[in-house]
Amino acid sequence: MRFLLDTEQAEFGRTLDRMLGAADTPSAVRAWAAGDPGPGRDLWTRIADAGVFALAVPEAYDGVGLLPVELALAYVELGRHAVPGPVVETAAAAALLADLAEDGGTEGGAAKEWLPRIAAGRAVVSLGAEPDAFVLDADAADAVFVAAGSKVRRAVVRGAVVESADPARRLFRVEAGEIVAEDAARAVARATDLAALLTAAQSLGVGLELLRRTVEYVGQRKQFGVPIGSFQAVKHRLADALLGLEFARPLVFGAALSLAGRGSVASVSDHGAVGRADERARKDIAAAKVAAGEAAYRAALAALQLHGAVGYTEELDLSWWLRKARPLRDAWGTPARCRERVVSGGR
Amino acid sequence: MDLDLTPDEDAFRAEARAWLAAHVPADPLPSLETAEGFAAHRAWEAELSADRWSVVSWPEEFGGRGVDIFKWLVFEEEYYAAGAPGRVSQNGINLLAPTLFDHATDEQRARVLPSMASGEVIWAQAWSEPEAGSDLASLRSRAVRTDGGWLLHGQKTWSSRAAFADRAFGIFRTDPDAPKPHQGLTYLMFDLRAPGVTVRPIGRLDGKPAFAELFLDEVFVPDEDVIGEPGRGWRIAMSTTGNERGLTLRSPGRFLASAERLLRLWRERGEDPAVRDRVADALIGARAYQLFTYANASRFAAGEQIGAESSLNKVFWSEYDMALHETALDLLGADGETAAGEWAEGYVFSLAGPIYAGTNEIQRDIIAERLLGLPKGRR
Ligand SMILES: Cc1cc2nc3c(=O)[nH]c(=O)nc-3n(C[C@H](O)[C@H](O)[C@H](O)COP(=O)(O)OP(=O)(O)OC[C@H]3O[C@@H](n4cnc5c(N)ncnc54)[C@H](O)[C@@H]3O)c2cc1C
Repeated sequence: MRFLLDTEQAEFGRTLDRMLGAADTPSAVRAWAAGDPGPGRDLWTRIADAGVFALAVPEAYDGVGLLPVELALAYVELGRHAVPGPVVETAAAAALLADLAEDGGTEGGAAKEWLPRIAAGRAVVSLGAEPDAFVLDADAADAVFVAAGSKVRRAVVRGAVVESADPARRLFRVEAGEIVAEDAARAVARATDLAALLTAAQSLGVGLELLRRTVEYVGQRKQFGVPIGSFQAVKHRLADALLGLEFARPLVFGAALSLAGRGSVASVSDHGAVGRADERARKDIAAAKVAAGEAAYRAALAALQLHGAVGYTEELDLSWWLRKARPLRDAWGTPARCRERVVSGGR
Repeated sequence: MDLDLTPDEDAFRAEARAWLAAHVPADPLPSLETAEGFAAHRAWEAELSADRWSVVSWPEEFGGRGVDIFKWLVFEEEYYAAGAPGRVSQNGINLLAPTLFDHATDEQRARVLPSMASGEVIWAQAWSEPEAGSDLASLRSRAVRTDGGWLLHGQKTWSSRAAFADRAFGIFRTDPDAPKPHQGLTYLMFDLRAPGVTVRPIGRLDGKPAFAELFLDEVFVPDEDVIGEPGRGWRIAMSTTGNERGLTLRSPGRFLASAERLLRLWRERGEDPAVRDRVADALIGARAYQLFTYANASRFAAGEQIGAESSLNKVFWSEYDMALHETALDLLGADGETAAGEWAEGYVFSLAGPIYAGTNEIQRDIIAERLLGLPKGRR
């Protein structure tokens, strides 16, 4: 038992943070939102070079995964830097294709075709879960897969971009095409779980950055002759933001460990009806998704309020994080859906 | 990073579970905030300690099993999952004992700890005063030097379970001329039945005499009952508040068990969809608190200090406890108003959580200033 990042993991997070900090992500986000994926693709390659996508790809396909803890760690950093693009979807698609190949059948072809490219950062892949749902950043993706019922299909983009509340999330309707796998229910469920976990991690990162920027701002902005951060009403709102995030963090890493099968500490559900590992991981992920999504959204509202009017502008870089918090809270499992899963006891 | 228990920890869990299954009273004990319940809980402490389950993390010489923090957490999970009674000696075990381990003499430890472990001597915390609540350092009760000891004068209040307890620990002003209010304070132990002590029980919100006022008039305390150096009481006391808010006072095991009970109640009452999200949040909160605690325990085991983070802990568990009980009362509907059972008792108790152990306003100040680094404002 050691529920702490080890030195190597912590160093990996710091390295990624430094790299993304030096890469001018805000201008990549702006370009991405304006429909120019060039700088975002460059960033993508650097993220892959740092080893991030390889964490979702098995060794047999030039990856090192699946490593849920390291992935979660990386996605916190991607969230902190507001990295644009279908980062979650690419990792989830990688897990999906790898699972399909393992389950046998003709699906090995798709895995061989895409996984090495994903690991190397040469493929941007998007994934949708329902036939009619939006697919993220499909215009910038080299491949789009959709999971409908127990089937997985390739998909083609139908129509123009549909505006999202977060301009850096480019949404598309797609049309299902050729079948990739017929009997994919298990693989789809696992891929969806991974997407939810990584979205939770990304949310956590978004929330942490919103809090960091806001703390900095209220320490320097003066009204009534003193920094506004010395007012108790301001302090307490930020204390609450920290509280939400710091209690979401262990849920995210605990869920990653559940997914990796590395956690025998009894969880809430163990005293109830359910004990199976998959079911437990699914509940832990749902719990993490609720907590991180809500905490980041609360942090966003606090950040907006405490910045005053300047926070309500799109000019301030803060807006990239502000506008991400709500969509991430709902992507890959709305709070209502996740809470239902937490109480359902696997029924 | 992992959350795997060792085979040894699992064996410990099984041993604890078996013992509890054989010993936990079939019917809940009466409320420990009453004379009758207090006596029943004291007997339970004795039973626990006879097989060395009352203070598992203490060294064996004082009645414990010398287990580390992870096994302590495992024990707590089993304890509450088994539906075992609330701990009447927790003020002593959670607040005074850590202070003694850190600051007392060997003689004091040998004298005080075993009788605390067995429930033979139950301790009350005598810190707050009528004029010193959140601003505890403004306390005015005095200890005046006398032959071989000190004489206590003044008034303490809100002392939990002092109406039935045996002894108390508190801080007293020994140097009224010290330049700052935090200086010139001394930490000591005294007998609640000593001459000069008057204990006046105070009914809490539900009327039970859960705390008391203490009037102190020339109460003699021998030198051997002073903890640490006279005049250094504040620093000693502050090392204790970390324990109060931090790892030990509210163990995750308790909330895991409560959340499970809430889930069962929700199911029994027809799975009202309007309450579903709050039941889910109770389960999520218990898991979050458990994992937050395991993270801190891991840091602690790695030799790190847990500092102002204990304020995060305190705000979380106190608000969690209230939300959980409010949800249970809502599920009980009209039965909630009249219920005398566990949920009603727990609800009344939970209402005080944001007030004691340092109010949540004070904790949020600490979080903002020490963890976020925001500028100090006017207090
Ligand atoms: C059930 C229960 C058990 C207790 N048990 C014990 C015990 O065993 N031993 C013991 O010594 N004490 C005990 N206490 C006392 C407890 O520690 C005090 O109640 C607590 O420290 C608050 O002090 P106060 O009640 O005087 O409130 P005050 O300090 O008068 O505070 C009143 C309100 O003002 C707010 N406030 C005060 N100062 C500030 C500030 N600077 N900024 C913002 N808000 C502020 C507070 O947060 C609170 O909401 C117990 C209390 C309760 C309710």
